[in-house]
Amino acid sequence: MSELRTQIEQIVSSEPVALFMKGKPDFAMCGNSARALAALRSAGAPVTAIDVLPDPRIRQELSALSSWPTIPQVFIKGELIGGADIVQELAETGELERKLAEALGDDYRAPGSERVVALTAA
Amino acid sequence: MLNMLATEPLRALLEQAFPAAEELSVVDRTGGGDHFQVTVVSGRFDGLSLVEQHRLVYGALAAPLADGTIHELRISTKGTR
Repeated sequence: MSELRTQIEQIVSSEPVALFMKGKPDFAMCGNSARALAALRSAGAPVTAIDVLPDPRIRQELSALSSWPTIPQVFIKGELIGGADIVQELAETGELERKLAEALGDDYRAPGSERVVALTAA
Repeated sequence: MLNMLATEPLRALLEQAFPAAEELSVVDRTGGGDHFQVTVVSGRFDGLSLVEQHRLVYGALAAPLADGTIHELRISTKGTR
């Protein structure tokens, strides 16, 4: 297994909320990535963002791991929640907040906890 | 008509995958023939999570996704129950 794949697996399993996106939170390079981020922010999710653009292999490894062909991809405690459409739908119905509370505890909201992780093998 | 040229092949693939769909639509969101909104309502989705539902749509459109025909895809799915 590649070092990159191992790193991605580690992020997915260890970060409370992982968002694989095109670009960075302050400069999303794709409308769908921006939509997923906005939905997560609206629910107060402690987002860890990972930019897939620096190396095309990140996308390949991630999609092989998740069986999900597109970016963005959102994971809560290692579970694939979906792409922009699902996350937005869940945010609109309040289901996203319920999921976050269930997975991370009722006090999951941690203002200022948004962060960016770079994949070093990329 | 340009619009239909882009959406028709995708529609055909989805109709093949979801022959009993109650609702099935493909919209070329930008008119550029590569940004699409797909909506499917089918009993096939009953009891499945949204992730599983969208995976079925991705599966049906695997070829145009892989060859770059679809640059961006928005999916809306619903079961019939």
